[in-house]
Amino acid sequence: MSARITASELAAAYQTPDGDTLPALGPVSFHVEAGSFVCLLGPSGCGKSTLIRLLAGLQRPSRGQALLDNHVIMQPSRRVGLMFQDANLMPWRTVLDNLTLPLEVAGVPKDERLAAARALLPALGLADFEAAYPGALSGGMAQRVALGRVLIQKPDALLLDEPFGALDAMTRERISLDLMDMWERQRQTVLMVTHDIHEAALLADRVLVFSRRPGRIAADIRVTLPRPRRLEDTYGAAFGQIAGQVRAAISRT
Amino acid sequence: MQLNALPKSPTRPLTLPLAGRPHPFRRFSRRLIPLLSLGLLLLGWQVVTMLELYPAFIIPSPAAVLEKAIEVTGDGRLWLHASTTLAAVLSGLAVGVLAALALGYAIAKSVLLETVLSPVIVALQSTPVVAYAPLLIIWFGSGLTSKIVTGALIVFFPMLINTVVGIRGVPSDLRDLLRSMEATRWQTFVKLEVPAAMPVLLSGLKISATLAVIGAVVGEFVSANAGLGFLINLARSQYDTPLVIVAVLTLTVMARLLYGTATWFERRALAWRARGR
Repeated sequence: MSARITASELAAAYQTPDGDTLPALGPVSFHVEAGSFVCLLGPSGCGKSTLIRLLAGLQRPSRGQALLDNHVIMQPSRRVGLMFQDANLMPWRTVLDNLTLPLEVAGVPKDERLAAARALLPALGLADFEAAYPGALSGGMAQRVALGRVLIQKPDALLLDEPFGALDAMTRERISLDLMDMWERQRQTVLMVTHDIHEAALLADRVLVFSRRPGRIAADIRVTLPRPRRLEDTYGAAFGQIAGQVRAAISRT
Repeated sequence: MQLNALPKSPTRPLTLPLAGRPHPFRRFSRRLIPLLSLGLLLLGWQVVTMLELYPAFIIPSPAAVLEKAIEVTGDGRLWLHASTTLAAVLSGLAVGVLAALALGYAIAKSVLLETVLSPVIVALQSTPVVAYAPLLIIWFGSGLTSKIVTGALIVFFPMLINTVVGIRGVPSDLRDLLRSMEATRWQTFVKLEVPAAMPVLLSGLKISATLAVIGAVVGEFVSANAGLGFLINLARSQYDTPLVIVAVLTLTVMARLLYGTATWFERRALAWRARGR
């Protein structure tokens, strides 16, 4: 199952220490269709992370509302999986125990959650690492564990805040392709913040380009490339054209 | 003064770290060198007494001290006083640490509570315990209770700071993550806060373990009818210097054993650190 995400006149503001109100985002309105993959690009500080926090129910908007299907998002929900730039693993837990954490919190019996985690390991490329501690993992592997940890709770929507932003280019490309493979099989709704035009054009059905703070939608670009996509597609003319469109939209912000 | 204005890590190890990676020879020498320095100290002591620079009641010979140690071990006096002190140390440690954990957690969670309590706590900490120990004797008598209170008070502050630092240091991204999993408060406490704060809590416990000994002895110095602190006072008034030294060394061993136990416990609880990197 996948969920539709809606932002309706959604805005956020921060209080400065002097008591002033600093607008951080919006107002923005958009839909993310159920099962689609949307990437969000924009200059830094434009409120992309704030938007993710609002949609995750971690923060309340100053105006407007965020909806999951037709329900107003008031607090965090297990239906929504969250991933940040930092893997945020618990260093005192092994890879396996980090993976099972969401199920543990949800009260799933131990043998079931271990089975679910072990089933995920090969696809994540972590088959030999279930007993390893996060301190022994590379950045890419840690982020794979984090990815597995959101997927294991079978969320209807994924909110990814620059999940691969801290990885080197090669690792980043491989892990985004793996994410795309997994998404093509399960089709959760994905909203992913990224800085990488190439990554956005390769993964997304739609790219939303945000303006400077307070961020608003400056461009909404459909990526019409056929699926399943492969890395080789990125060398084609069609891909180049989309990437160019996104590039131009960013330059205008 | 606010509690969080204090240094991030108020704890320091009692052993000095040796530079460089442990090499087989170095590991061996690491064990050997402390024994060697202890041996040198004993030798120096022996030489000083053999030169007869000072009368025996000021610096008795190592042999006289050993003889005294055998005597008081044999007649059960040492055990009586040591066990009395140990009971006070352990109870003071337990009371102080538990109180600090509970209050520290509450303070970490509530800025209001911190604002209300920190002047009192900081004032209490800034005053030397020895100075107000007589008050405690007046209030709690000269028995075990006042020794426990003295120990608990001396242990309380460093443990409190470590608890506040530990709980406040829990990464907010991990808190958000648990919220996104719809974790309950209890789950957040057990699965995140406790393990995340554990390294800081355990280094607080190590400091507290040795401080608890000081607390109990202060209580015994001021007024008591048993315990190693009492024994030291008694022996000093009788110019029984060897007995003073025996009692002091017993306290050294006791504090070192407590510290060792806490370190052992820390190493076990934080085994993931060694395996993680």
